[in-house]
Amino acid sequence: MNSTPQLLFKNRVAGQTIFFKDYCKTGGYQALTKALKTMSPTEIVDVVKASGLRGRGGAGFSTGLKWSFFPADAPRPKYLVCNCDEMEPGTYKDGELLAADPHQLIEGMVLSAYALNADVGYIFIRYAYDQQLRNLQQAVAEAKKAGYLGKNILGSGFDFELHLHGSAGRYILGEETALLNGLEGKRPNPRLKPPFPAVRGLFGRPTTVNNVETIANIPHIINGGAEWFKDLARNPEGAGTKLFGLSGHLNCTECFELPVGIPLGELIEDYGGGVWKKRKFKACLPGGASTPYLTAEHLDIALDFDPLAKVGSRFGTAGVTVFDDHSCMLRATLNLLQFFARESCGWCTPCRDGLPLVCWLLEKIEKGEGTNEDLEMLKQQQQQITGRSFCALAEGAMGPLDGLLRLFEQEVIDHIQKGECPF
Amino acid sequence: MICLGNFSAEIEIMKKLLLKKQIDAFRRKVAKTEHPRELVIDLLREIQDRNGWVSDEGVELAAQILGVTPIEVEEVATFYDKIYRQPVGRYPIHICDSICCWSRGGEEIANHLQQQLEIKLGETTTDGLFTLLPTCCLGGCGRAPSMMIGRRFYGNLSLAELDRIIEQLREEAKG
Repeated sequence: MNSTPQLLFKNRVAGQTIFFKDYCKTGGYQALTKALKTMSPTEIVDVVKASGLRGRGGAGFSTGLKWSFFPADAPRPKYLVCNCDEMEPGTYKDGELLAADPHQLIEGMVLSAYALNADVGYIFIRYAYDQQLRNLQQAVAEAKKAGYLGKNILGSGFDFELHLHGSAGRYILGEETALLNGLEGKRPNPRLKPPFPAVRGLFGRPTTVNNVETIANIPHIINGGAEWFKDLARNPEGAGTKLFGLSGHLNCTECFELPVGIPLGELIEDYGGGVWKKRKFKACLPGGASTPYLTAEHLDIALDFDPLAKVGSRFGTAGVTVFDDHSCMLRATLNLLQFFARESCGWCTPCRDGLPLVCWLLEKIEKGEGTNEDLEMLKQQQQQITGRSFCALAEGAMGPLDGLLRLFEQEVIDHIQKGECPF
Repeated sequence: MICLGNFSAEIEIMKKLLLKKQIDAFRRKVAKTEHPRELVIDLLREIQDRNGWVSDEGVELAAQILGVTPIEVEEVATFYDKIYRQPVGRYPIHICDSICCWSRGGEEIANHLQQQLEIKLGETTTDGLFTLLPTCCLGGCGRAPSMMIGRRFYGNLSLAELDRIIEQLREEAKG
């Protein structure tokens, strides 16, 4: 059914992990060999820029452009950090990738580090990905033994050492500066930006933080070229393939590698097997818990950064969580907000105090005890929290609340008028 | 925290928390790195793996190995929800209550476990076997509802499957 060229899931077999020997059999480490022998670091940055690759961790910033800001000429040490925190509900693509084929990330890390002239790398792995951590431990040991990691890689004179960091929970660690504090062994509250990590990052040194899927794409871009990669997308402004993790009220909740720009309706019907229990599609989170809902009017939309931004949502991590027409969107939003409130690090007031207040209001209305004043207060809170928090966590928490108030306000009013949850 | 007056007793307690070879391995890593503090999570995870949780003595031991103050370890230890600063049962059960699991029956899973084990979320069974803890997303969104017991992930849970897992762990604990 899936006719998309498979790059990231090329070697994926359910329940199995591909290690060094099998990875090499399907062209593994050829991109690294080619790059180290024939390409300069700047050439790699240019190819990545031309490929149109945008960060797969959710923000969607051009990877090549981000790299071009990195002070590659600054003295060492300089760090490349891979973010595998992946704790936003609905997002599990990086876990699937590392469960299947961990060497892709290692090859991507060495290539990216070469492009940035970074000499030390860290892969930050969330607590729940214990199997993935063990897969990476084995992959690192194999790559070291084969000379793809360590000193003078493939005789190129390029050195790169790679560390693995197994974390111990908390969503905030996915915020890049909190993650850096976590790696340093400090209490992982986010840091003030600027200075940005490219200037003062890990241990005060220049650092780039990229997502797992972003980095795993680099070997494929080097092998196939920028044009080829760009043309993999279905929409003109898009680039590449994307891992879509399906969840919620679908018949099939799996992870697929599909073209960027695939329409939402096609994803749901052809890959998700349609909405479960023969029910109708009501709404979805298109890219993780922080992305505002899409509804049935968006089924034709191309799933990519720009088209989704135009309708007031975000592509995020392309973890698509679907809700059927029996769902109470107020109750769903309450669940999402409870997640953000509990995961707040407590550093700033809008997040620490604002999110519990939003939860309290939503819960009150859900129970049928809400008033019109509560709805007004909810709207005020959304406006006051947005743009006023120290980091992006509370901003992200406002995504589903914004979606609720914009698309499902009548449902909220129904709760208030009926004095109970209508679902 | 431990009484500082009884220094040798304190050392003895701390030594029981990790094997000598584990402590030595960490001391070698500390000597090699410019930033020993970066090892704190590794160290706390290892102390927890061996003891089931991280006690005050565990925090002191980590501080001593890393050459930092106990408060610098404590501020990290108390931040992470998968570092236990209180004793937990032999099988800590983390039940996912985030959106994908919620949308596919996560609440029933949590209720069923509370009934079967006769404890509330946050409590430990009197036989010391199970602790129930709510957790945010475990990255098993495609296999919802899900939970983790210790470091092991369980997905696509049904109530019958849940009973089977609990029974199996009870048997394992007997053996």
